[in-house]
Amino acid sequence: MKIFVCVKQVPDTETKIKIKSDGSGIETQDVKWIMNPYDEFAVEEALKTRDKLADGSTVTALTLGPKARCTEVLRTALALGCDNAIVIDSTETLDTSATARALSEALKKEDAGLIFLGKQAIDDDCSQVPQLIAAHLELPHASVVVKFELSADKSKATVERESEGGTKEILELSLPCVIGANKGLNTPRFASLPNIMKAKKKEIAELNLAQLGISETDTKTRHYEFQLPPPRPAGRTLEGSAADLASQVVKLLREEAKVI
Amino acid sequence: MAKALVFVEHKNGKIKSSSLELLRFAKSGGLEVVAVAFGPQASSLAAEAGQNGAANLVVTESAELQNYNPEGYGKAFSEIIKNQNPTCVLGSSSVLGKDLFARVGGLLKCGVATDCVAVTFEGNNVKARRPLYSGKATASIEFKNSSTALVLVRPNVLEPRTVTPGGPATVTQSALQLSSLKTLVKQVVQGTSNKLDLSEANIIVSAGRGIKGPENFKVIEELAASLGASVGASRAVVDAGWAPHSMQVGQTGKTVSPTLYIAIGISGAIQHLAGMSSSKVIVAVNKDKEAPIFQKATYGLVGDLFEIVPLMTQEFKKLLHS
Repeated sequence: MKIFVCVKQVPDTETKIKIKSDGSGIETQDVKWIMNPYDEFAVEEALKTRDKLADGSTVTALTLGPKARCTEVLRTALALGCDNAIVIDSTETLDTSATARALSEALKKEDAGLIFLGKQAIDDDCSQVPQLIAAHLELPHASVVVKFELSADKSKATVERESEGGTKEILELSLPCVIGANKGLNTPRFASLPNIMKAKKKEIAELNLAQLGISETDTKTRHYEFQLPPPRPAGRTLEGSAADLASQVVKLLREEAKVI
Repeated sequence: MAKALVFVEHKNGKIKSSSLELLRFAKSGGLEVVAVAFGPQASSLAAEAGQNGAANLVVTESAELQNYNPEGYGKAFSEIIKNQNPTCVLGSSSVLGKDLFARVGGLLKCGVATDCVAVTFEGNNVKARRPLYSGKATASIEFKNSSTALVLVRPNVLEPRTVTPGGPATVTQSALQLSSLKTLVKQVVQGTSNKLDLSEANIIVSAGRGIKGPENFKVIEELAASLGASVGASRAVVDAGWAPHSMQVGQTGKTVSPTLYIAIGISGAIQHLAGMSSSKVIVAVNKDKEAPIFQKATYGLVGDLFEIVPLMTQEFKKLLHS
């Protein structure tokens, strides 16, 4: 089976966000880039599934973005154990719809049997691409998945997804299907130094948006007028014994802040 | 008149408050409001939908839609949107809402905006404001090349609106053949917690590494119980296995904006601060007075949480339960 995992390069969670002076986006020059944390769970599940199948199945990592920068995230995926890697080169930032359409077209060409992604990317926080890909390819999907199991005949997957208030939904999907991974699905492995070195020499296949038939009309939304959140009004530190602190804060919440 | 379709989530025969809020929001914005609900007996929601501003209620009452099925709900909802041709489609930015709206966006080739905190209508143009980088930035979002705008709104962020209660909404059945689905709901295990999910909670009490071990969670839970609050946790606590990921607040967890957020033993890593800084009032209890959490706190309490928190619990009980 051809297993695919879509990965995205995002700013490290430690990044202090700065806005471009024209408000069109964030400043990227000082950003340290990492693999989207939820994609790490997707990569791990793809590799685990391949290794369990042990039938010649392969895992291909796929990303979209400016290739000069984002092939790095594919090197990480290769170092973790992915067999192949493909970059869809795009210098401009695409919205979720155009991104999903481009990824879908690439997946269609490749006859993917199983597609893993993180449930959301921690940059734009849209939580859309797994579902969008599934809709484009007319496949079943499940997102926010915390358990994944393939049936013995490889025709179905049973997944557990997390809903609100601790509710768990158990779904059965026929393959091919799209899985959005949540934290808790597995414990991602670390890449070994020899594998990191080997990954540097592996070939990365390239596609471009024109080849995939992506045009301006595939873009459905635009983000603009970026701002930093308004600064919080200065707070205050309360003084006194533990008993004083407790009674003061409760009184302030009732009488000053009026929130209880 | 511009028309809004509102996807209504319901439980035990009642519409969820996050969906009622959207019905009233659309109605008071001068839009024609059509509510949409799925599952057997969905038409019994007509009175409640009407009271909150919906003139019409479109339902698909198939047994296949008893529980959330991404494929079945996607098919049924996109069919209704095609027939109704609304200016915008509103839903709550819940786990269900985010899953469903993106699937529908793909099926109808329309734009989707997740986690919106403000929505404005200018004629047929819809514009929304949403946080990115889990709240480290915000941006406006507009729609293009889309026949309708799919907008998911965070619970509790819109200005509360009141509407003149109307009679029961007129019910329309939207029947659909759903037998060939490739997705089967095997089982739904209801969570044991009767508290509100973090993303909807008005008051949250969160624990950090300062609580020293999972056995001390009861200190936090007692404080939460005295306030009717939901319980959250920092990433450190979740990674240590003291709490499930569903309780994690911050980047790679949940972004929350309650009225009151009480951070206990949380130092305030940048990822945590991003996820809770839009809370209206923040109380922090920490023994390290240099902890970054104090820069965000409305009220900072420096000291031993094991001394202070039980006393706070007592004070809240005295105030709220006497």
